[in-house]
Amino acid sequence: MNAPNSRPSKPRVAVHKFSSCDGCQLAFLNLGEDLLALAERVDLVHFAEAGPLDPDTDVDIAFVEGSVSTPEDLERIRHIRAHSRLLIAIGACATSGGIQGLRNGADSEQWVAQIYSHPDAIHSLALSTPISNHVKVDFEIWGCPINSQQMLAAVKSLLFGVIPRDNADKVCIECKRHGYPCVMVSRGIACMGPVTRAGCGALCPGLGRDCYGCYGPAENANTDALAAQFRSQGLTSQAIVQRFQSINSQAPVFLAAADKTRSGSHD
Amino acid sequence: MTEQKRTVAIHVPVLARVEGEGALDLRIEDGDIRQLRLRIFEPPRYFEKFIEGRHYTEIPDMVARICGICPVAYQVTAAQAFEKLFGVELSPWARAMRRVFYCGEWIQSHSLHIHLLAAPDFFGCGNAIELARIAPDEVRRGLHIQGLGNELMDLFGARSVHPVGVRIGGFHGAPSLARIEAMRDKLRAALPEAEALIRWAAAIPMPPDDQAFVSVGMHHPDRYAIETGDIAASDGLLIGAEAYDEHFAEQHELHSTALFSTYHGKPYLVGPLARLNLNRDRLPANVQALLDDVGFELPSRNIFHSLLARAVEILLALQEALRLLDAYEVPDSPWGPVTPRAGIATGCTEAPRGLLWHRYEMDGDGRVVNARIVPPTSQNQGRIEEDLRLSLLNFGLDHPDEALRLHCEKIIRNYDPCISCATHFLCLNVERT
Repeated sequence: MNAPNSRPSKPRVAVHKFSSCDGCQLAFLNLGEDLLALAERVDLVHFAEAGPLDPDTDVDIAFVEGSVSTPEDLERIRHIRAHSRLLIAIGACATSGGIQGLRNGADSEQWVAQIYSHPDAIHSLALSTPISNHVKVDFEIWGCPINSQQMLAAVKSLLFGVIPRDNADKVCIECKRHGYPCVMVSRGIACMGPVTRAGCGALCPGLGRDCYGCYGPAENANTDALAAQFRSQGLTSQAIVQRFQSINSQAPVFLAAADKTRSGSHD
Repeated sequence: MTEQKRTVAIHVPVLARVEGEGALDLRIEDGDIRQLRLRIFEPPRYFEKFIEGRHYTEIPDMVARICGICPVAYQVTAAQAFEKLFGVELSPWARAMRRVFYCGEWIQSHSLHIHLLAAPDFFGCGNAIELARIAPDEVRRGLHIQGLGNELMDLFGARSVHPVGVRIGGFHGAPSLARIEAMRDKLRAALPEAEALIRWAAAIPMPPDDQAFVSVGMHHPDRYAIETGDIAASDGLLIGAEAYDEHFAEQHELHSTALFSTYHGKPYLVGPLARLNLNRDRLPANVQALLDDVGFELPSRNIFHSLLARAVEILLALQEALRLLDAYEVPDSPWGPVTPRAGIATGCTEAPRGLLWHRYEMDGDGRVVNARIVPPTSQNQGRIEEDLRLSLLNFGLDHPDEALRLHCEKIIRNYDPCISCATHFLCLNVERT
């Protein structure tokens, strides 16, 4: 990879939005004064929420928030890929399909008919899918939402011409590092930490509550063991399925865990 | 420009500096507006459907994902609805801290909107980074205040986007006194900055405008309504959240994935200006005096006062947070016990952009049978189109296309539309088989 900082001009950066809550773009907009500093280091050529509009220009780095969920989205993501040297998917929607992936597998046509009085005017694909289902993604930042530290770390690495370091450890590791008592062991709370990717800083156990998996599956996640643990804590199959089917329902590891729980369901 | 009539088609394919995806179509023929549509094409996300069957304990985490900019509004409204149905009485600590938490979101969202989204328009800048070159201190002050809002949310929610602290019956955790003391110092130091922000906002020349509209917002007998109160309208309506459906309705227009709301069949305004129009006398005395000092007369029929209204609510929210944190003590328990029961749960709060209303039908196990959520932007959608039509006629259709486009965008940004919020919703008259 060419080092972007050897180029004569500042690296050109775009931030694109697909189906989402806009929350991961706040990793930029909540930077405070660092936002002004970032704008000095890179050329923000397209970032609709912040103002600059130029979706067709070539860029060095494109950050993409949101999932692909309409026919127009499909065309747009291919166009972005063709005009971006590096494409970084940010957040649960872009990496797993997001919370709206809960509609996958449901009868979304019927849902549209129940919500809108003119269902023909609503154009929506059958599935909400991550960016990597459609185009090559150079790096994924998981999390719902991602935070500014993750985003800045990625930008810094990319400015130095290296692909950012991925951290797919489990939330449990972060809990131990902070010295938080384990909510599952000490209070019997059904925590998703053992199978969930680190990166948030173990915020939920830090408040004495369950992790609910918003950063997606960790590497080597033993979902069988966790499902068995949940069952021994008295959770019904429905409750176990819902633990895996939330913010990152379409992440393959969580989807498989939910399917396995359903197929083995006897209650 | 003379008597010459022209045909103008203005198409703004992507509206910049709004949250979410919207577009504007304007067609002028023979000096008349033939078509004017605010098109919202943010894909639908079906929240109301996929929370069916979910346990009430999961709902605050799920509905937060409707909007990254106002997740607290969704969490607190859902919690309020369930707590009312389940007969949960919040402790005085939890009640006060819900308001502080919510103030954080107002401060963050309003300051973001003023400085990053709206103000550049009035200084001939395309965005905040350009604005920072000509008004560096003001933009830095704005980003600093925005950061304080985020810190307040962080205190109770561990992060400001999709915070994780709300629990039905209170909060999952309580911040230590040391953290609160540090926060109080920062809030106190920010009060003069917020006053300066109001003076700055009041000095920005705004286009004159005078339109008749009904303001709708919450009203509380003895404080400025944020997280609790009844629903009021400037024509005298005063109802509880459970009676919303008797006066307000939503319909689907073909060009939008957000539903349009009406009040007694007509468009209406929600948001900071509507709230100030209804509740000026609930502002603290020093804030009212400041309004007199800068010459901000209320009620106002000029939507361009929305930016100043946000600045006023930032000072109010900073003062409220400080007042409530001054009496802070770490509680024995940050939450109280909850026993679910079947029935209809309704709740409403004032999201930064205006009234937010939730309705859940719950079963006896505490699971959602069905849900409806009416966000502020779908309530403002009809008013935005009405405003654009009137304002353009007032502004003059003979202006060059670029000036017309910019004027339309300024008007739309006054409402701080959150298009991500508006599209996830809702429906009236759900037919079930």
